[in-house]
Amino acid sequence: MITATNLSKIYGGTKVLNIDHLDIPAGQSFGLVGNNGAGKTTFFSLLLDLIQPTTGNIFNHEITVSQSEEWKPFTASFIDESFLIGYLTPEEYFYFVGELRGANKADIDDFLANFEDFFHGEIIGRRKYLRDLSKGNQKKVGIVAALIGNPKVVILDEPFANLDPTTQIRLKKIIKELTENRETTVLISSHDLIHVTEVCERIVVLDKGEPVKDIKTSEATLSELESYFSGEVGVTQAEEL
Amino acid sequence: MEWKSFFRSASVGKSIGLKVLLIFLALYFSVAFLILGIGLYPLLQKAFPNQDPLQLVNRFVLLWLVFELGYRFMLQTLPVLDIKPLLNLPIARRKAVNFVLIKSMYSFFNFLPLFIIIPFGIFCIYKAEYGTLNLIGWMTAMIAITQCVNFLNFIIKKKFTDNLKALIPAILSVVALAALEYFEVFEISFWFGKMMDFLVLNPYLAIVPIILVIALYKWNQLNLESKFYLDAGLKEKQQDADTRDFVWTKKFGALAPFLQQDLKLIWRNKRPKTTIYMSLLLLGYGMFFYPSDNYQAFEAFYVFIGIFMTGIFMINFGQFVPSWDASYYPMIMSQNIPMKDYLSSKAMLISFSVIILAILTTPYIYFGWNILLINMVAALYNIGVNVPILLYAGSFNKKRIDLDKSPFMNYQGTGAMQWLVSIPLMVVPMLIFWLLNFFIGFEVALIGLSGLGILGLLLRPNLMEYIAGVYRKRKYAMINGFKQTGE
Repeated sequence: MITATNLSKIYGGTKVLNIDHLDIPAGQSFGLVGNNGAGKTTFFSLLLDLIQPTTGNIFNHEITVSQSEEWKPFTASFIDESFLIGYLTPEEYFYFVGELRGANKADIDDFLANFEDFFHGEIIGRRKYLRDLSKGNQKKVGIVAALIGNPKVVILDEPFANLDPTTQIRLKKIIKELTENRETTVLISSHDLIHVTEVCERIVVLDKGEPVKDIKTSEATLSELESYFSGEVGVTQAEEL
Repeated sequence: MEWKSFFRSASVGKSIGLKVLLIFLALYFSVAFLILGIGLYPLLQKAFPNQDPLQLVNRFVLLWLVFELGYRFMLQTLPVLDIKPLLNLPIARRKAVNFVLIKSMYSFFNFLPLFIIIPFGIFCIYKAEYGTLNLIGWMTAMIAITQCVNFLNFIIKKKFTDNLKALIPAILSVVALAALEYFEVFEISFWFGKMMDFLVLNPYLAIVPIILVIALYKWNQLNLESKFYLDAGLKEKQQDADTRDFVWTKKFGALAPFLQQDLKLIWRNKRPKTTIYMSLLLLGYGMFFYPSDNYQAFEAFYVFIGIFMTGIFMINFGQFVPSWDASYYPMIMSQNIPMKDYLSSKAMLISFSVIILAILTTPYIYFGWNILLINMVAALYNIGVNVPILLYAGSFNKKRIDLDKSPFMNYQGTGAMQWLVSIPLMVVPMLIFWLLNFFIGFEVALIGLSGLGILGLLLRPNLMEYIAGVYRKRKYAMINGFKQTGE
């Protein structure tokens, strides 16, 4: 259960995020879409208390994220490469995260066995440091690490970007399985409308920091989103004329 | 562009403060050198009335050059250009390289010797029986030699910092020559002086050092150009991962994963690894002072050395505490890591380093019991007082450290700055000791310092709580600062 109230973030006079009220019930798979600069990453960073809100608060399972650290044990995330430790091998990184989340080596080994497919033999046992992996492979490590230790909330920023098609399909499967038992809340942002509509049951569209659409995903959602974004292009073009 | 990156970087405030201090030091040295330059001729004439001052100076030129190379290597920061954005802009490779090299010619270190050379040369023209032309030749040669040192330093730093072992033959030959000189077998500085004398008599020979400068410039140019590719730095890096686990850290319970992490951090990255070598190297620092009787009377100075030797790792590593983790700081902040544990593990690691270094200093007992006692007390003080101070200071760190870079080359590393920051850590205990020792006695001074150390240790949990609070407060600024990759 995540609640944002009266939340805004201002950078140098420009409002980059402004959310009056947003509720994400536990167990929901929640998608955030929007153009560049719409405030997707800002929202996630606020949720992880990496930046300070100008006004308002975010509550993660009734804990104010900017005031307590109590949300950390059940929240996992992968925003960008700064969540990886470059001088570790993938295994070591998983063990490290595992230890932080109270899982021992054997647990992690079991856990990783489920992802053999996803890694495609490019991650485990290659004796390479994370910093030497390709961007796509780094991303895979980050995403899987965010799933360690059964977190109640999983936050993934642009998980599909930089991944090859095969991996994208596998990732979608993983996310779906994750939300199947309705215990894990998954938050995803993406530019790719097709992917989000496939995995998320609810989609919020951000535009210049304001939530402009809040859709419960159905058959029609994809076309609705597509027409919204192409409509926006039409509007701006009209303005330019 | 460089100005912008300076003013927009995260730590402008700190940078400016330190810059002011540096400028002050620069002025101080300029004036000192100028006075030396003006006073040198009359002084030498007075001290050695039957020798020609110019010939005397010439004999010391070589010694000065070696010394200059040494301090430049430690202190001078090379102009670094971030080449990535320049690569695909229409800027000729050679132009960028030339810019860097020519910029280095205007380094303050190049002007310093001028303050001696020019006044001294002018004195010689008026006082001695050499012709004006001869001395202009001499001055030109000296200036050219200074530039030679500049470029030599440049090439050493660029070419060999990645591979310090390649320098060993050069260092060995210098040591060998110095030894020969010392035992008066072959006095190279004497012959070098003779050469300089010869140059004064034949001023047109000043062309030789100038040619040397040009040659070194070319060498640098070629060397830099060959490195002017993005993948030049990448090529060798893909070595096999070292999968040591440091399993023994498990004993430390909750802190174990962090300790393990930090050890890997130190072991696998160039920058922190060098701090270890530095620490071991600087253990020899005491050898410079203990044998000499001059300092026996002034024991407070031993405190300084003690703090320095047992705390060198603490200073080098602790000073940059959160910055080491800069590249993944957001992860540390959003993972299940309580701030206090994170800091405690750092404190623990540093404390261990102090203990290990303190144990390694025990052989100095050879020079007296008091030295051993002082070192142990200094170690205690380091653990109790300086560790929390450094961690606290770390909360003001907003500067990212690139772990892969070698410390000598980059601005973030060793350089005049770093030593300036660490002075109070060493001077304060020295003052406390000196006051107590002077007014009461040696034992009381020792007890006083250890008392402070123990007090710090007892208060450690509370201090850590407080420091963790400060870190939490400054968290956003730090995350933001660490994102800036620039200098």
